[in-house]
Amino acid sequence: MAYTEDDLKKELETKEYEYGFYTDIESDTFPVGLNEDIVRAISKKKEEPEWMTEWRLEAYRHWETMKEPEWANVHYEKPNFQNISYYSAPNKKPKYDSLDEVDPELLDTFKKLGISVDEQKKLAGVAVDIVMDSVSVTTTFKKTLAEKGIIFCSISEAIREHPELVKKYIGSVVPKTDNFYAALNSAVFSDGSFCYIPKGVRCPMELSTYFRINQAGTGQFERTLVVAEPGSYVSYLEGCTAPTRDENQLHAAVVELVAMDDAEIKYSTVQNWFPGSKEGKGGVYNFVTKRGICEKGAKISWTQVETGSAVTWKYPSCILKGDNSIGEFYSIAVTNNHQQADTGTKMVHLGKNTKSTIISKGISAGQSQNSYRGLVQINGRAQNARNFSQCDSLLMGNKCGAHTFPYIEVKNKTGQVEHEATTSKIGEDQIFYCNQRGIDTEKAIALIVNGFSKEVLNKLPMEFAVEAQKLLEISLEGSVG
Amino acid sequence: MELKEKLVSSFLAFEEEYTGANDDLHKIRNQAIKDFETIGFPSRKEEDYKYTSLKSVLKENYSLFPKKENTIEYKDIKKYLIHEIDTYDLVFIDGIYSSHLSSTTHDKIDVCLMSSALNKDLYKPVIDNYFNKIAPKNGLNALNTAFTKEGAFIHIHKNTMADKPIQIINFSTGNESSLLLQPRNLIVVDENSHCQIIERHQSLTEHPVLTNSVTEIFADKRAIVDYYKIQNDKLSASLIDNTYIQQKSESFCSVHTFSFGGKLTRNNLNFYQRGERIDSTMKGVTIIEGKQHVDHNTLVHHIEPNCESHQDYKGIFDEKSVGVFNGKVVVEKEAQKTNAYQSNNNILLDDKATINSKPQLEIFADDVKCSHGCTIGQLDEEALFYLQSRGIPRKEAGGLLMYAFANNVLESVKIPEIKKRINKLIALKLGVELGFNL
Repeated sequence: MAYTEDDLKKELETKEYEYGFYTDIESDTFPVGLNEDIVRAISKKKEEPEWMTEWRLEAYRHWETMKEPEWANVHYEKPNFQNISYYSAPNKKPKYDSLDEVDPELLDTFKKLGISVDEQKKLAGVAVDIVMDSVSVTTTFKKTLAEKGIIFCSISEAIREHPELVKKYIGSVVPKTDNFYAALNSAVFSDGSFCYIPKGVRCPMELSTYFRINQAGTGQFERTLVVAEPGSYVSYLEGCTAPTRDENQLHAAVVELVAMDDAEIKYSTVQNWFPGSKEGKGGVYNFVTKRGICEKGAKISWTQVETGSAVTWKYPSCILKGDNSIGEFYSIAVTNNHQQADTGTKMVHLGKNTKSTIISKGISAGQSQNSYRGLVQINGRAQNARNFSQCDSLLMGNKCGAHTFPYIEVKNKTGQVEHEATTSKIGEDQIFYCNQRGIDTEKAIALIVNGFSKEVLNKLPMEFAVEAQKLLEISLEGSVG
Repeated sequence: MELKEKLVSSFLAFEEEYTGANDDLHKIRNQAIKDFETIGFPSRKEEDYKYTSLKSVLKENYSLFPKKENTIEYKDIKKYLIHEIDTYDLVFIDGIYSSHLSSTTHDKIDVCLMSSALNKDLYKPVIDNYFNKIAPKNGLNALNTAFTKEGAFIHIHKNTMADKPIQIINFSTGNESSLLLQPRNLIVVDENSHCQIIERHQSLTEHPVLTNSVTEIFADKRAIVDYYKIQNDKLSASLIDNTYIQQKSESFCSVHTFSFGGKLTRNNLNFYQRGERIDSTMKGVTIIEGKQHVDHNTLVHHIEPNCESHQDYKGIFDEKSVGVFNGKVVVEKEAQKTNAYQSNNNILLDDKATINSKPQLEIFADDVKCSHGCTIGQLDEEALFYLQSRGIPRKEAGGLLMYAFANNVLESVKIPEIKKRINKLIALKLGVELGFNL
């Protein structure tokens, strides 16, 4: 007999009963499926106040009425949302006892990226018995930050300790009903980061989730909220260059940035989730909603290097609400083998004299599909708004695809918009020139790709840039010929 | 009654009236009305119609089959024709062929009527081979196919050059209070042949007219086709123009679209390249004001290697007008060495005017050169100052600059009389005294 939805429903109902759901809050992993009780349980587990629980529930109720979007230029088997466990506590038990047990391919990649042995152990999930440097680094960091009045902690901690701030800003940029995945995230987000920069403070260091090691394994539904008070500055790094092996297939994160008058937020991402095997099996689905709002004279700058995930669906956006505000988007998206990426940005110009810049570089190899999808909207009141967009695509081999879907909407005569896009391959003459000088073809391609991506790599913080450069080489390994 | 229901229910009467011998046509039309019934008119929910709503033009109570006799004389319509040069003319009035205003031929080339081509055995092979073969299945095409009755049929035989340009002109007299016209054209240009075609839709009164026209063009090997569309209709008239072009190896097709008039104009222009070393060119100038709406929706499908395509669309938008450009270039993975260029430049003259541009590339082949550019901006202040400092008033200076902006699209127009006429129209539209004769 065919297994129908009704059967599933029945099964889920009985399952809940079977395990005595309400008494099971202490267990580390919740039963599969999603309903109001699960949402309540997540909230309870995190010791959240009543308003937060209600907020989650509202999001969940709205999510139930929504349909999964299909407009993106990606094809994948839709996840079954009732077949996912929505909460699992960070796994404290190490996966391996020593580095020898770890997949040699992974170790090889670490080596190429130049990651220290201790860090390798941590990333691969090997038990570490010595106190790692970064722990002490973190403590020093925390002290410096506290002196300046900067709050940098996990979002669960923030909900408990700074509820007034979270309550004020959460959902203010990405409403909980914004889209299918944002609503899902709002209902079930497991953890994430919260960052608050007080008025006029310039954050002395790059804030990175990488250093916030006390909160490892933020899970698949990450929620980030960065608030920069007037005149402040912060640079925030997300992700890391090391390949992340994760068993969670679906990742739906939400990032909200609030830049008050004259504040500046720089948000850099390096995403290197598991892209699936060479045959296109497995891999992470990365469906992210990222958005920032700029008040008067504020600036938000998104920089991203996307090399991982089987399916990426991500549009970091800027709402240029205040006069003279600035939005920037710099992106490199690399797809190889069977990866698919549909990524780009939205620049919504509402205020006068607002400016935006979009530089997007897409590199596709293997049998991958790489799309740029962007919106530039200049509204009627946005006098003298200015936009420059450039989307370049590089194709390697004739089994991959590169696509551009720019949307340009201008409703103001003083608006100036320029958009240009090119698609090409690496010139044979360029490779020949390198070969002639004793550089083998693989190296030559790495060299050319790095040159192609330079405009974006330059925008990354120093240590990230070096690693990202190597990451590009690794991602494209074996795509020659 | 909704227009859709009205159309579907009047189809039966239309089919009965038709007594032609061609059974295949019956089948095609019956299938088409079924398709139309299921698909219906496009709505804004569809990606292709995101920026253009047909609602305002579909709400009229259009009459479908005009009855009244018309009494149009040559003097009434002379100014709408390119009369300075000798041409073949196919004149339709309210969708009915007007023999005394037209001049057709069967000498080496066939310039005649769709109705006769559909009914005569002589043309059956051509109709069987080409009719309704490349128009994709969508609501508007299906509707046109279901009501196929009249239009232009042009067949240029192998190794022939059409000795004169061909004009296809559809007039609406306004005898009916509102009218829906559905001309259907088929143009077949055989190997090594050449023709130039000018198409125009014109209403003679202020009564609302909606034209849903479908044109299929087939260019065989080494054929050359130049197509000019002049869209300068009254503000009560709306036009949905669907043109599909299939090209074989080494053929050269160009379509120039000049949109100055009309309430709502939607141009669906698709090129399918089925052969190597093909060149496809599409250019357009749009100058509109008031509440006018012009939408250019283009597609170039590169299927085989070594082909080229060029797109250049310029637009000037004043008052509350809305411009849409939706250009798509698809390069299949076999189509190596493709060169595809697309450019869309716009000037907005008023804060109420809107431009929505969506230049898309979908590329599956690696050894290609594809680029697109899109700009939206204003006149260069420095250029204006330069002209003003030489004693040209600001208004005229602006006009001259816009004239220059739009004018360079005309470089590739091959019929001098058209160039002249369009130049004059542009100057008139922009209110420029050129001060020199063209």
